[in-house]
Amino acid sequence: MASPHRKSKFRPIWDFPGFGGLSVGFFAFLYVPILVLVAYSFNGSKFAMVWSEFSWRWYLKLLENDDIHSAAINSLIVAFFAAPAATIMATLAALVMVRGGPFRSRAFTAGLITLPLMVPEIVTAVATLIFFALLNINLGLINIILAHTVFCIPFAYMPIRAALEAMDPGLEVAAQDLYADRWDAFRYVTLPLLTPGIMSGFMLAFVISIDDFIITLMVAGAGSTTLPVYIYSMIRTGVTPEVNAVSTLLLAVSVILVSVYWLLSSANRKGEAIG
Amino acid sequence: MSIKRLRLLGLLPTWVTIGVLMIGPLLIMAAVSLMEANVYGGVHLRFDVSSYVQILFDKNLFDETEFNPAYLIIILRSFMLALGATGLALLIGFPAAYYIARQPDHRKNLLVFLITIPFWTNLLVRTFAWVIILGRGGFMDQVGSFLNIIGPDESINLMYTNTAILIGLVYSYLPLMVLPLYASMEKMDVRLLEAGADLYANRYELIRRIIVPLTMPGIIGGSILVFVPCLGAFIAPDLLGGGKKLMLGSLVQLQFATSRNWPFGAAIAMMLLAIVVIALMVNARAARRHAVYEQTGAEATHG
Repeated sequence: MASPHRKSKFRPIWDFPGFGGLSVGFFAFLYVPILVLVAYSFNGSKFAMVWSEFSWRWYLKLLENDDIHSAAINSLIVAFFAAPAATIMATLAALVMVRGGPFRSRAFTAGLITLPLMVPEIVTAVATLIFFALLNINLGLINIILAHTVFCIPFAYMPIRAALEAMDPGLEVAAQDLYADRWDAFRYVTLPLLTPGIMSGFMLAFVISIDDFIITLMVAGAGSTTLPVYIYSMIRTGVTPEVNAVSTLLLAVSVILVSVYWLLSSANRKGEAIG
Repeated sequence: MSIKRLRLLGLLPTWVTIGVLMIGPLLIMAAVSLMEANVYGGVHLRFDVSSYVQILFDKNLFDETEFNPAYLIIILRSFMLALGATGLALLIGFPAAYYIARQPDHRKNLLVFLITIPFWTNLLVRTFAWVIILGRGGFMDQVGSFLNIIGPDESINLMYTNTAILIGLVYSYLPLMVLPLYASMEKMDVRLLEAGADLYANRYELIRRIIVPLTMPGIIGGSILVFVPCLGAFIAPDLLGGGKKLMLGSLVQLQFATSRNWPFGAAIAMMLLAIVVIALMVNARAARRHAVYEQTGAEATHG
């Protein structure tokens, strides 16, 4: 209905002149800085900001940097524990919230799940720091995993709830009509249909965990540095082009994961349109 | 198993995790903000409101309390920068959100996805990109000298200024403005614009009297989503303000990293939390009002 008729001489009243150009500017503003960063990661110069020639040298240097390796491994360990934990909890919560019928603590639960999104990150960060410090909980990476699990829950929850809401509850009823008990209906109907939603939730939680900086910075003790925290220390101690290279890799991981998520969810949309 | 037991089983893990690791720490932080600071970090278990007093007042040499504007300046700077960033994001985001909402479906989905990508990438890295752009001899200086706007060794030198922080803030949170704007613009009925035009409204009047009122929930929602994290921002003032132009977020971080004044940091954090609560209340009220407005509008047309 709302397709712009480019070739028509008449400009529909809802088509504002100049908004297209402003939108191009908007996307340029969003993407030019990222592209500049990526381009400079291939800069042969010793100085992060001065361009000389194309080169892979900073990526090759990354291969030799043990500190970056251990920071990257820490990031992966944290994400591989926090994201699945958050996804499992989010899935259980979403099942109850969407399929659990009416119950009293529904609004409370909805508020609780969105709480980590509402509280400014720096506040969560220092509150968690105080909590661990006063209770003397000093378990290295486990502290970080616990903190990450909390703020991963809402990100995992949103796509899973959306997938459940889009699913036809009649399917489960049909399964039960065919003598499946409630568990079988869940195991053979709901869960397989929900899997793309759960995968989406997991991926968003994973990306959020991998990218988190402020909370990790405050909660991480010595020896449990994650990649973003390491990048921060690189920026603070003097910018070498190596920062650009490692930053580009971190960007690439997020972009790939989010793209997979998007393809999954648009495949889901198409499936609905057909089914 | 009864449905009640199942419900409990499903919700309990989330309740416990967020309750213990989020609400618990926030309550402890509230308590810490009312305690006496230990100079080595941590607190003494004694009730003391001096952290809140310290936000505005200071003890002078004679142990008299006097007004100290140092932190008030940081608070005002934070508010100004957060407001400025919100206004700029709205100005940049509004036409883009409108344009995207009027595209065919497949293109709409792709463009919305392109807006969300930066949101999912690392904020530190995205802000650092602006260090490369704005820094001395950086991308902007090179482009500037290439275009002969500045001499070869000159610098536009925006680093460590409020302008640099402002750019960083707008860049950080722009997607959060556009997404709710887009959501409410997509729902808008285009025929209303045609009706407005038939009644001799020009395009400016269409924006002011039809689009803006109808997309108010998106405008308010987006503004809050940008304003709140800007106020508590730490990365942009740290990287682009050089850690000298403090904002509330960096002030909090400082109390735990170097100054070791936990109660004061906790008090500032409580202030940030209070602002969030107020912002959410404003949002809820606006949404309620808009619902009433839409309902009565619908009654007016159908009744």
